[in-house]
Amino acid sequence: MTEYQIYRGMTGGIRLAPRKELSTAFPINRDLIPNQLIIPMKQHPGPPAIPTVTVGERVRNGQMVGQSDSIFSAAIHTARAGVVVALEKRLIPSGTHLIESQCILLDVDTGATEESTERQHPWPDIHTNRLQAIRDAGIVGLGGAAFPTATKLDTKTICDTLIFNGAECEPYISCDDMLMREHSSEILLGVQAMIDLLNPKNCLIAIERDKPQAIEAMQTEITELGNERIKIAAVTIKYPAGGERQLVELLVGKEVPSGRYPIEIGCVCQNVGTAFALGELVSKAKPITSRIVTVTGKGVRNPQNVEVPIGTTIRELIQHCGGYTKGATRLILGGSMMGYAVSSDELPLTKTTNCVIASTDDEVRTSYQESPCIRCGDCAEVCPVRLLPQELLSPSKNFDFQKLDSLSLRDCIQCGCCDVVCPSQIPLTEYFRNARNAQHRHTLHQQLAETAQLRHTNKQERLKLQDEQTEKFRNDLKAQVAENSDSRQEAIEAAIDRAQRQRSLVNHKD
Amino acid sequence: MLIGTVFLAGLVILLTALLVIGNRFLPPESEPIVDQLEQLLPRIQCGQCGYAGCRAYAEAIASDSVPINRCPPGGTETIRELANIMGLPTKKLREDLGQASLDQVARIDENLCIGCNLCARVCPVDAIAGVPQMMHTVIAIHCTGCELCLPPCPVDCIELASRND
Amino acid sequence: MTFTRRPAPHVTPTPNLQLVMRRVLYALIPGTTVYIWFFGWGLLINIAIAVATALAAETVILRIRGLPINPSITDLSAVVTAILLAFALPPLVPWWLPAFGAGLAIILAKHLYGGLGSNLFNPAMVGYVILLISFPIEMTQWIPPAGSETSNYQLGLRGHLIYTVTGNLTPELNIDSLTQATPLDQVKEGLAEMRALGEIQSSTLFGTYGGHGWEWVNVCIALGGLYLLYRGVIRWHIPVSLIASLISCAIIFNAIDPGRYTSPSFHLFNGATMLGAFFIATDPVTAATTNRGRLIYGAGIGTLTFAIRTWGGYPEGLAFAVLLMNAAVPLLDRYTQPRIYGHN
Repeated sequence: MTEYQIYRGMTGGIRLAPRKELSTAFPINRDLIPNQLIIPMKQHPGPPAIPTVTVGERVRNGQMVGQSDSIFSAAIHTARAGVVVALEKRLIPSGTHLIESQCILLDVDTGATEESTERQHPWPDIHTNRLQAIRDAGIVGLGGAAFPTATKLDTKTICDTLIFNGAECEPYISCDDMLMREHSSEILLGVQAMIDLLNPKNCLIAIERDKPQAIEAMQTEITELGNERIKIAAVTIKYPAGGERQLVELLVGKEVPSGRYPIEIGCVCQNVGTAFALGELVSKAKPITSRIVTVTGKGVRNPQNVEVPIGTTIRELIQHCGGYTKGATRLILGGSMMGYAVSSDELPLTKTTNCVIASTDDEVRTSYQESPCIRCGDCAEVCPVRLLPQELLSPSKNFDFQKLDSLSLRDCIQCGCCDVVCPSQIPLTEYFRNARNAQHRHTLHQQLAETAQLRHTNKQERLKLQDEQTEKFRNDLKAQVAENSDSRQEAIEAAIDRAQRQRSLVNHKD
Repeated sequence: MLIGTVFLAGLVILLTALLVIGNRFLPPESEPIVDQLEQLLPRIQCGQCGYAGCRAYAEAIASDSVPINRCPPGGTETIRELANIMGLPTKKLREDLGQASLDQVARIDENLCIGCNLCARVCPVDAIAGVPQMMHTVIAIHCTGCELCLPPCPVDCIELASRND
Repeated sequence: MTFTRRPAPHVTPTPNLQLVMRRVLYALIPGTTVYIWFFGWGLLINIAIAVATALAAETVILRIRGLPINPSITDLSAVVTAILLAFALPPLVPWWLPAFGAGLAIILAKHLYGGLGSNLFNPAMVGYVILLISFPIEMTQWIPPAGSETSNYQLGLRGHLIYTVTGNLTPELNIDSLTQATPLDQVKEGLAEMRALGEIQSSTLFGTYGGHGWEWVNVCIALGGLYLLYRGVIRWHIPVSLIASLISCAIIFNAIDPGRYTSPSFHLFNGATMLGAFFIATDPVTAATTNRGRLIYGAGIGTLTFAIRTWGGYPEGLAFAVLLMNAAVPLLDRYTQPRIYGHN
């Protein structure tokens, strides 16, 4: 009998058809060995990692191929042995768009015997070295932001509540669910390691209510461990209950201040996938080299969850899952609400790609014809941030930055709830996304303009001061020369005087 | 009938008088128009508008009604904001005046720089660091992409790159 | 293989405009049926004329504005406006009255303000008020309900059509003998003549709760309104605050002097109360858009309706109340914004 507390009552949000049955029918598939890996150097918010290998070099399984000193960046390790074919810039998925990043192209040794990546990163006994071990293993937040976990855990602020996010509220995605079903022990190892580092008062593992197998598996493991600080929180099945700020509100009852981080109200949120990676590090000394990805949608023949080496291309992944079906028209990285549609499958999967949807037209929105806004306010009812999308629409279309600031567009999490309930079928989130990007650029330009004005004024003053000083120097010099010439004249006359006196003295002696 | 007309007319005159007096003694706070216009411009002093700096262009717009589409680094956004505040229709940006843009930064090729210091002297925001006869470099975070440093360089060692690198 | 790119979210929106409007039309069916039962075919004829004119007017104005016909016509918003306007008119009116009203509503009140979503004032109410002020005689030619003592309802569908088109009745019938004031009107006139309420309300024009016939119409419209609530087409804030404020005012004044101020149920089950509460005041475009704003908006309409009915120059005050509160909506929206997550 699992004992857990059910948490309901989040602000806004909507019920969506989960569509997870497609991919949860089979256990996680682990025999994907791609022919090629495109390993990106930028899979984190900070500067790109620097490659530590050269073209032509043979790398072994789990070897570090990218390294960075920045605390906002992480090390990169290869999941497979092989030969480095090239180091070049490629387009890679990053958040909600594509960026160009230096990548290591690897020809994989598919035939070679599998050398284990274990025992390469032993978990230190000494507490103070553990953060560095996490850093060296390249562990980042696998929930989407890829924030280096060591940096997140390196906090002086007291952590009251440690939250593990296994909510997975977006339709189609089921990788965390399967991970919890099959790897509850490794996850709990990671959980305990983090409890050790942060020493929170409470630890909650959030799982959606409609995932009984995951809840069961995790609860069994918790009971076995006997750690009373860890509790499961069964959360409401509303989207986006799994959003970090929404989850904090739901579980702790407090709101994360706008523009700040949960740690400021004593909460730390981690994805269960991150806990799993940490668990692997602790128990098997493995760096992070692969992750579970949900491959789903009616456009792929065998939808399932797959353990994917990081850097595998989408094309190889889909091939491994039986290839595309005839009607596949859209390729989405992520879930169906916040996922990003791409046009080519030659992109590599990164540490944060949690789902690939190959969809047919009947699964997704195909018509984008919009009617005028009738101000019904249904969008405001479902907004988890309590914004007013109907008021934000007009300034977003016109890029009226002042209005957007007063209506707080910067707090929009782009969850997409407003789009789904709009009777006029306006693609609100797209307008907000565009306006937000323009706002970013505008703020940057404003800052540059302010600084430029200041620096220009300073330069003008500097030049003026310089001119004044030069002027003064010239005048002083002239005065000095004039003075000198006077005293020169006196000295000459005094010398002539002396000479004359001398001569007269000499004359008188005679 | 007559009384009603007289009464209403009197009411209108009284209310208008109140408004005028109110405006005289409690005028709305507003910056001089030139200052407001200058704040809408990028203030990088690139000079591509044809005036001696952004303030001069702002003054020209305010007093001589020169077209508001002469600022390449401001782009269409600035045109829109200027149009709003002046009550004018928006115009298409003049493509022929230059390509200065806040999205680009200058970069000095260190192999070619001879340390003549001509670029640093002309940079309106002191974004080039360097002592005469020594190598010079652009401080990217302060560079505004105004392009003023390119013409004076005798060895043509400065090029423009995107700010996002 | 290459794929089409579309922006997130990739989920098809659940509702669409035409569905929302269609549900409003379904909700009006019970009220319309009962109305025709009591007051004759006039409503149906008015609906037909108003809808036809509204669609024609919208087509013309869309062409002039250079906008596509689809989806502006197919979203049925003009149809809903026309039907609500037809409901507000007396059943026995010449054809040009609903036509003119519908044309005004669509062209003047809707499109000249910018089209769907941009109008400040409720189009049906604007059309109704312009007609009321311009044609006071035609607009007060109400028919007594079937089953009341003064009912001499002899006008069939054919007779009705002939009147509507030609303005003539069959020689035996007289317009004055055919038409009568509404219960609200009778109360107003009676009170002005210093008669007591009890005496005024003793005629068979008055039913158990409200006006005879009118009370059933209001009940059926309220049922339609409850269907809209159930379907999520409207939210509870406006109907509840409108009805609550109307009842509150009525209770207070009725308690003070039952001989001069009508009872709460009289206010509720008469005139356009339920139509206003569930269909007219809830028009999303012209109502407040925040929930708190809606409560104030509905309360304002209820109070103003009571005030105009009791002390104003017109027997039914709902249309004016709605238009007055429409003007207050931008202010309400500005000052009732909810607290955003993460702000204090």
